Amino acid sequence: MEKRVTFRGWLLPLALIAPQVIISAVFFFYPAGQAVWQSLFIPDPFGLSSQYVGLGNFEFLLSDKYYRASFVTTAVFSTLVTLCSMIPALFLAVIADRLIKGSGVYRTLLIWPYAVAPAVAGVLWLFMFNTRVGVVAWYLSQLGYDWNHVLNDTEAMGLVVVASAWGRISYNFLFFFAALQSVPRSVIEAAAIDGAHFWRRFFTIVLPLLSPTAFFLLVVNVVYAFFETFGVIHTITGGGPQQATTILVYKVFSDGFVGQDLGSSSAQSVILLIVVGLLTVIQFKYVEKRVHY
Amino acid sequence: MKKNFLGALAVTTALSPVAAMAQTEVQFWHAFTGRLGELVKAQVEEFNASQDEFVVVESHKGNYSETLNAGIAAFRAGEQPNILMVFEVGTATMMSAEGAIRPVYEVMAESGAPFDPDAYIGAVKGYYTTTDGDMLSLPFNSSTPVLWVNRDAMQAAGVDPDTDLSTWEKVGDVLEQLKAGGEDCPLVTAWQSWIHLENMSAYHDVPFASKDNGFAGLDTELMLNGPAQVAHLTAMGDWAKDGKFIYTGRRNEGGANFRSGECALFTESSAGYAGIKAEAEFNFDVRPLPYWEAVTSEPQNTIIGGASLWVMEGHDPEEYKGVGEFLSFLSSSDVQSAWHQNTGYLPITAEAGDATRAAGFYDENPGTDIAVIQMTAKEPTANSKGLRLGSFDQIRGIIDEELEAVWAGEKTAQEAMDSAKERGDALLRRFESANQ
Repeated sequence: MEKRVTFRGWLLPLALIAPQVIISAVFFFYPAGQAVWQSLFIPDPFGLSSQYVGLGNFEFLLSDKYYRASFVTTAVFSTLVTLCSMIPALFLAVIADRLIKGSGVYRTLLIWPYAVAPAVAGVLWLFMFNTRVGVVAWYLSQLGYDWNHVLNDTEAMGLVVVASAWGRISYNFLFFFAALQSVPRSVIEAAAIDGAHFWRRFFTIVLPLLSPTAFFLLVVNVVYAFFETFGVIHTITGGGPQQATTILVYKVFSDGFVGQDLGSSSAQSVILLIVVGLLTVIQFKYVEKRVHY
Repeated sequence: MKKNFLGALAVTTALSPVAAMAQTEVQFWHAFTGRLGELVKAQVEEFNASQDEFVVVESHKGNYSETLNAGIAAFRAGEQPNILMVFEVGTATMMSAEGAIRPVYEVMAESGAPFDPDAYIGAVKGYYTTTDGDMLSLPFNSSTPVLWVNRDAMQAAGVDPDTDLSTWEKVGDVLEQLKAGGEDCPLVTAWQSWIHLENMSAYHDVPFASKDNGFAGLDTELMLNGPAQVAHLTAMGDWAKDGKFIYTGRRNEGGANFRSGECALFTESSAGYAGIKAEAEFNFDVRPLPYWEAVTSEPQNTIIGGASLWVMEGHDPEEYKGVGEFLSFLSSSDVQSAWHQNTGYLPITAEAGDATRAAGFYDENPGTDIAVIQMTAKEPTANSKGLRLGSFDQIRGIIDEELEAVWAGEKTAQEAMDSAKERGDALLRRFESANQ
């Protein structure tokens, strides 16, 4: 049964949606339109002249094997960030949910990292793993492991993934925790009476009931990994070593704002827009089918 | 009493806007923080106090890249400053921006302020001057790479701290001894592309790029994959593999390792002096940048790094007069020699260098003149005048990536430089077509 609100006349509904539409138009459609338009030109940095190249910017990008490699890097990075931020969050939520006493304290502590901006989180992790003064790097060297994310691409990737996922665990924890609270106790108790142990109850009852939340978080976390992790990468690796941590959005920044190549940067934004659009469509079309509301 | 105070307040508030309006404001955007930021502020205050017609307002806009970006974004929005500090890497970008910049020689001629472009030493002037000899931007802070030595670390590893380190061949032997003597960090560097490729090429008089390193045209191509450069990087790669050269990052991260006393040798800008002098708790000295005896019997000059001041287009004539006065003040010998002695940047006018020497500064601070000698010992050639390449900040990024592959042992120096050339040339062609 669907609830529907009916309005008499047009004025009120239009007034109600206007703020959202205006904000989207000014902050999303207008700049996105500009990006599409600019991607057809090679302008000089100062905007004094600009040369129409049609799809030349896209050809230049797609024929660049480093740009293509950046897709793979982005895929690996966003998959890892999503997994590393969702699985621990779910685990922590389940544990916190079982606590009878003191869950408020845990909850508060677990939410704290979310208040840390990505760039700051990046600096924090960099300090711990700094090859010269980092505490963790020092302990590792005591154990005989030579930590060097400045030259080792796997370590660099691991570090930016952990730093990006860390603050995100809090966000995911909040949602999972709220969702767990709304799982009907009666169903769980019935299963318990039937002799199902904790993990069985979790996988057969709780997890399916959490699926709408998990799906929402999947979409949000993928978008996060694609766009908002910029600060972490900028502070920790700057895209290196070589191009091991150059994800697509970082390349948009470095070509546009370091290289002053606004044509290529715009073309990359357009490609990124299409990729994320496609991903979201796929998620809604295929993954959502497995979600039980 | 209270009434008096309020009255005084009313008078000052009423007067101050008038006073401010009478003076023409000149906006100056720069990239200096910390000690350098304070020194710039002091220069500006001195200028403002010296006359009452103009007020220079300095603002810090982030690091070099960020300052350049801020200037470009501001120009697009019609809010550009009068003077913008641009690092040497952005020189080609600024030079091609006709209509956005007003050449310094024009500004100085119009303002009538005393100014002599020939007062600047050749290697500095050449970087910011057209092939016709017109100075486009005012050299501000220039430095050049030298070799810093931790004498205590040398001694601890059983190496004579006065060992000759003039050639890389000799440095190679010393690195071997340091390693054998238990030194964990024999050699570290800052700004790897600037020191070990750009300066290395100029110092050995081999081209870094065609068309006189880009001075003679936009249709330039990189030539950094030549035998001299590849041989140097191969040696560095071997040292990295043996733990004799420690890689710490793309910028000047290595400075922390050296200043803390962890490393024995450090290739870094002469402007590292202020920081090393302030922090180092060990005996250090400065040596000329080493060269390869196998390539040349006598090195050419090194080239500069640092920044120059560009005058932006689109302001009132009165403001340009103020700009002219301020730039003239900055290029005066007193200002220049104080700047050189405080920072380790080069004395960019010959007069400032002489004044510093006459004041006995080099006798009190031995080694501070090494950089000057290294820069000026020989008349610059087409290969050692400097670099003028578009998209150069990005090309340096590519070079950094390729060098990391060499240090990690994933590519040979030849493979890495061939790839850097191919990728860098693609960017040069884009820059060429954007600026036709």
